[in-house]
Amino acid sequence: MALADRPEADPRARLLLRRLLWPARTGTGGRGTARVPWIPIAIISMFVIMALFAPLLAPHSPIDQTLRDKLLPPAWMEGGSDKYLLGTDAFGRDVLSRLIYGARVSLIVALLALTAGGGVGLIVGIIAGYLGGTVDSVLMRLVDAAFTFPAILFALLLAVTVGQGLGTLVIAISLLLWASFARVIRGEVLTLRQRDFVALARVRGCSALRIMLTHILPNVLNTFMVLVTLNIGVVIIAEASLSFLGAGIPPPTPTWGMMISEGRGRLADAWWVALIPGIAITLLVLSVNLFGDWLRDRLDPRLRQL
Amino acid sequence: MKRYIARRLMQGVVLLCAVATIVFFLGRLTGNPVDLMLPEDATAEDRAHLVQTLGLDGTLFDQFAIFVYKALHGDLGTSIRMREPAVDAFFDRLPNTLALIPWAVLLGMILGIPLGVAAAVNRGSLLDRLAGTVAVLGIAIPSFWLGILLIFVFSVELGWLPSGRMGGPAHYVLPVITLGLFLVAGFMRITRSAMLEVMDSEFVKLARIKGLGEGVVIWKHCLRNALIPVLTLWGVFIGNLITGAIVTETVFAWPGIGRLTYEAVIYRDFPLLQAVIILKSILILSINLGVDILYAYVDPRIRLA
Repeated sequence: MALADRPEADPRARLLLRRLLWPARTGTGGRGTARVPWIPIAIISMFVIMALFAPLLAPHSPIDQTLRDKLLPPAWMEGGSDKYLLGTDAFGRDVLSRLIYGARVSLIVALLALTAGGGVGLIVGIIAGYLGGTVDSVLMRLVDAAFTFPAILFALLLAVTVGQGLGTLVIAISLLLWASFARVIRGEVLTLRQRDFVALARVRGCSALRIMLTHILPNVLNTFMVLVTLNIGVVIIAEASLSFLGAGIPPPTPTWGMMISEGRGRLADAWWVALIPGIAITLLVLSVNLFGDWLRDRLDPRLRQL
Repeated sequence: MKRYIARRLMQGVVLLCAVATIVFFLGRLTGNPVDLMLPEDATAEDRAHLVQTLGLDGTLFDQFAIFVYKALHGDLGTSIRMREPAVDAFFDRLPNTLALIPWAVLLGMILGIPLGVAAAVNRGSLLDRLAGTVAVLGIAIPSFWLGILLIFVFSVELGWLPSGRMGGPAHYVLPVITLGLFLVAGFMRITRSAMLEVMDSEFVKLARIKGLGEGVVIWKHCLRNALIPVLTLWGVFIGNLITGAIVTETVFAWPGIGRLTYEAVIYRDFPLLQAVIILKSILILSINLGVDILYAYVDPRIRLA
């Protein structure tokens, strides 16, 4: 093939490739606006599709054991089989199928925990910021307390006393999130409260509830969306860590954290069982964070301190 | 200053009481706490004895009073699995964790702070981008998986370093990297943004106008002031280190309080978990208090606010 036919040989194509792989951020070097992070978006979409259509995409059952086929290496390695693209674990379960179903758990937990924890944080932030006074100082004391005490410890405690499960996990991770949401939203509301349109609404006789719902809330939604995106990675890592520690969704439901935990004893003869799910976590969290950075720069650059 | 310390101390005590109360009531939430407190092979006599010592035949309030009374006398129950007082188990393991944490902090500061300064000074350069990548990766890689990856590369494949347990200096390398990576990323990000802010201020311009060397301006005038926000992060870092130690010590079979927490969870050793959580809270709160006092001492604006 002639050299010019290869896309990487064309300087313009190479530049485009580099820009896609390495989206420059606004503000860091005085370069124009941030480029749309297509690669992270593609990776996120891939995981979402995996989670949504898991039963259609998974080549095998994620739970059924085929002991005859245990610890087979990935297809590209010696001894690997086309039947199991990413190999099998110690019980002969297909790693790829478990990975696909594991995406479900990660994304469902992220969705629920961000709705619950983020929602509570949003409400607390608006109330504390708008009402001020005693309500504000009491709520902010609670936020300070939540920051001091690591939520992971509380999650472990819940798993032992109440029992493992989706509900426990979501409550535990929501506790990890709400305080940071409340703090940022409150800061936004404090400045919004000084604005003329809020004063006007008050003069017109709007109730505090009405002002919070129709005048304050729509103005903090951008910030809220940015916070949600920036925290997806936090939730995914927290869920995986708790699963790894035996305090996540109980087996046989496949989760990435548990797959890593099950595989870590067999690094010498079957590294793929523990290492592949970790690559998935890193890839997804990295993509979500890069996407979140871009969204923040687009929607709410003042949050860049986060 | 005294009033400030007293106020912070009061807040810490209130928070600790809240933690103890939550731990107590969660243990009672699931019906019979005797099932949580005793091993599965416990005899009827054991049960009766426990019911009596914990006052489980009394009201919930009586039980709470007994719990608080015992806790104040240093008795937080007996571990089911180890059959020894949970407090003793905690303090046996604590030195092993304390042997690990300073090295992780040192790694974070030695790599993170100069990298942050360099990234801020050469803003937008290749180095800045590289530092940005380290920061982004440091957050995206789950630390338990990083530990396993390091074991796979350096112990299993290359055979250079031991994969776990305590021992000579070589045993520290991988756990310290695992525990310290997020600190490198954290210190770097904060130092970078604090430096950028300070470098923009009037007194730095004055220092330059006076004709001071660039090295003196950066390292003496800027960094000293940029380090104040770095100090505030200590509270957050300590909480992260204590929880980070749980997964790191689990991965590396390191016999510290993190591993003890994990064991309490997987063996469903409720009395031990209860004790570990209360003692860790005391640890975190006292370190936070210490940092806050130090911070108020360094920056008078804090204690006057």
